[in-house]
Amino acid sequence: MSGIALGDRDPPETNMNNGAPVRLIDVHKFYRTGEMEVRAVRGVSLEIKRGEFVALMGASGSGKSTLMNILGCLDRPSAGNYFLDGADVSGLNRDQLADIRNRKIGFVFQNFNLLPRTSARENAELPLVYSAQHLSHAQLRQKADRVLSAVGLAGREDHHPSQLSGGQQQRVAIARALINEPEILLADEPTGNLDSRTSIEIMAIFQQLNERGITIIMVTHEQDIAAYARRNVIMRDGLILDDHAVLQPANATEQLQHAPETDLPM
Amino acid sequence: MRVAPTFNVALRALRRNKMRSVLTALGIIIGVGAVIAMVGIGNGAKAQVEAQIASLGENVILIFSGSTTSSGIRTGWGGAGTLKIEDAEAIRREVPGVIGVSEEVVSTTQVAAGNQNWFTRIFGESADYFDIRQWPLADGTPFTAQDVRSANKVCVIGRTTATQIYGNENPIGQILRIKNVPFTITGVLTPKGLSPQGVDQDDIVVMPFTSAMKRVTGGTTLRNINVQMGDPAQITAAQQQIISLLRQRHNIRPGRDDDFTVRTQQEIAETATATSRVMTVLLGAIAGVSLLVGGIGIMNIMLVSVTERTREIGVRMAVGARGNDILTQFLIEAVTLSSVGGLIGIICGIGASSLLSIYAHWPTLISVASIAIAFLFSAAVGVFFGFYPARKAAALDPIEALRYE
Repeated sequence: MSGIALGDRDPPETNMNNGAPVRLIDVHKFYRTGEMEVRAVRGVSLEIKRGEFVALMGASGSGKSTLMNILGCLDRPSAGNYFLDGADVSGLNRDQLADIRNRKIGFVFQNFNLLPRTSARENAELPLVYSAQHLSHAQLRQKADRVLSAVGLAGREDHHPSQLSGGQQQRVAIARALINEPEILLADEPTGNLDSRTSIEIMAIFQQLNERGITIIMVTHEQDIAAYARRNVIMRDGLILDDHAVLQPANATEQLQHAPETDLPM
Repeated sequence: MRVAPTFNVALRALRRNKMRSVLTALGIIIGVGAVIAMVGIGNGAKAQVEAQIASLGENVILIFSGSTTSSGIRTGWGGAGTLKIEDAEAIRREVPGVIGVSEEVVSTTQVAAGNQNWFTRIFGESADYFDIRQWPLADGTPFTAQDVRSANKVCVIGRTTATQIYGNENPIGQILRIKNVPFTITGVLTPKGLSPQGVDQDDIVVMPFTSAMKRVTGGTTLRNINVQMGDPAQITAAQQQIISLLRQRHNIRPGRDDDFTVRTQQEIAETATATSRVMTVLLGAIAGVSLLVGGIGIMNIMLVSVTERTREIGVRMAVGARGNDILTQFLIEAVTLSSVGGLIGIICGIGASSLLSIYAHWPTLISVASIAIAFLFSAAVGVFFGFYPARKAAALDPIEALRYE
C-alpha cells in the first residue's frame, strides 16, 4: 500500500490501532424496505492507514455511499466491527457517534452544505460550536481564519456562500472539515457539482493536505478524479471488487500550472 | 451543555428571518398585551368597587328594617318600619365592642336657599355617623350629640348640594330651607364621589335623625341602623348578638323569620367584588385564548422552520451536534420569540390600558404580579409549543437530513 507512515498524533488507544485509523472487519449493512431486505454492504473488511488518500469507487447501488455513511459514523453497521482510531465505534449510541464525528471526522459534501446567509468564517467555525473544548470568540475566529487561509480563502472570511463561487464554497466546506483537526477527512463526490478546472483545484488542495499527513477518503464515480488518489477501492454489489494502489497519481498542482489560466489563489 | 454558543446560533437564525420572526412574535405580543390590558381593566374595576365599599366605613354592621313577609309578600330592605330608636339604643347599650351607632332615616325632598332650590337626599343620622363612615368635614363643624338630643335645626351638606345652591359662596352659617323649616348649615363634607350604584354621594344633606324624623320625614321608625365595631374580630359575634337582641325585642318566636336584616360590610364587599372578579376572570380568559393562538402560531412557524432547515440540521449533526444541541437550539428560538413577544406585549398592554384610562376614563390597575405572570406564561408558551418541533428536529436522522431536498 502506498500509505505514508507518519508519526502517530495520538498514542494508540488499544492494540487494534496498528497505525491504521480505520479498520472495518466484516461489516454488513441491511435495510428493510417493506417486505424487501436490501443488503447494501455484505461483508467488507478494509484497513486504511494514516496518511492515505483513498478513492472509494463504484456504480450507484454498489454500496459505496452506505459504506461512506458507516465510515463517517453517520450510520452503524448491522454486523461486523468498525475500529476508528483504535476504538470500536460500531456499538455507540447517537450522542457518542455525534462526539466522534465532531472530534475525528471532517465531512466534505457534493453540494457543499454550507449554512446560507452565514459568513465563511462562521461556517468554518461550526464544528467548534459543538466541540467539548470551550474556546473564546477570539480563538474561534483565529482558528477559522487559519483554516480558511490554508484553503486559499484569506480575505474572504466575511463572504456569504451566495457571494462565493462553487469552488470557493467547497473550500469553505474543506476548511470546516479541517478546523477540528480530524483523524480522517471524508469527501462524498466533492467535485460532483464543479467544473473540471475547479475540480482539479479541489484535488490540488486534497493532495496538499494529504502530503501534510491528513488521511483522506473520497467517494467518487469519476475515474479521472480517482486518479488523484494514491489508492483506489472499487465496490460492486456491496462487496469490494478491487483494491489497488495508484502507482502514478495525477499531480493536480502541476496540471494547473500547465493549464492556460493561472489566476489561482494557491 | 453548550448553551451559550447554541444561544447565539438560535438568535442568528431568528435574525436571518426577521419578518417571519416579527410576525410570529406578533401573535404573542397581541396575546400578552390583551391579557395585561384586560386583567388591568378587571382589576381596576375591582379596586374601584373595593374602594367604594371601604368608603362605607370600617368594621361596619348594617341593620335594615324589613325583609318581612306580610300575606306572603316579602318587602325589601327598609320596606317595613320595624326598627325603632329604642332598638338602636339597646344595641349601643348591650352589644359589647360597639364604638358607634347611627340611627338612619332617609328622605328625598326639595331644599331651598335664597332664590336657589335643589332636589336632594336628606339623611338623618346620629353624631357618630361621620366617624362610622370615615367622612370628615372639609369645612365647618359637624352636629353634636346635643344637637341630636334636642333635635336642633342644624345640618351639614355635601359638596354637590353646596355647589348647586351656593355656587362659590361659603355655605357655612347660611340658612337652608327644607320643607319650609330653616336649618343652619354648620359644615360641608369632603367629596366622596360616586357610590358603587352610581349615585352621587355628595348630593346630600345630613342632619340629626331626631330633627329629620320630626321635621322632614315625619315617621317614627328607622330605615336602618349603622353600627361600628372597635375590633374586626368581634364583628361576627356582634352580628349574632344583634340578631338575637332584635329578635327578642321584636318578640319573634323561634322558627319565624327576622323582620330585619343584618349585613356586615364584609358580606357586602364580597358580593360586590365577586362580580368584578368574574369579570376579570372572563376578560383574562378571552385574552388567554389569543395567547394560546399566538402559541400555536409559534408551533406552526417552528415546524415550518424545522422542515425548511432540515439540511442545516443534517450538517450540524454531521459536524457533531447531538440531538440535545438541536433540541436546545430550536427551543431557544421558540422561547426567544415568545418571551421577546411577551416583553413587547407587556409594554403594549400597559400602553393600551393607560390609553383606556385616559380617553375612556376606565379605571385600570396593572400589578407587578400580573406582569410577572404574563411574562412567565409567555415563556412557558414558547417551551410548550416549541418542544414538539424541536424534538422533531432533534430526532432527525443525519443521513436523511443531509439528503433532504
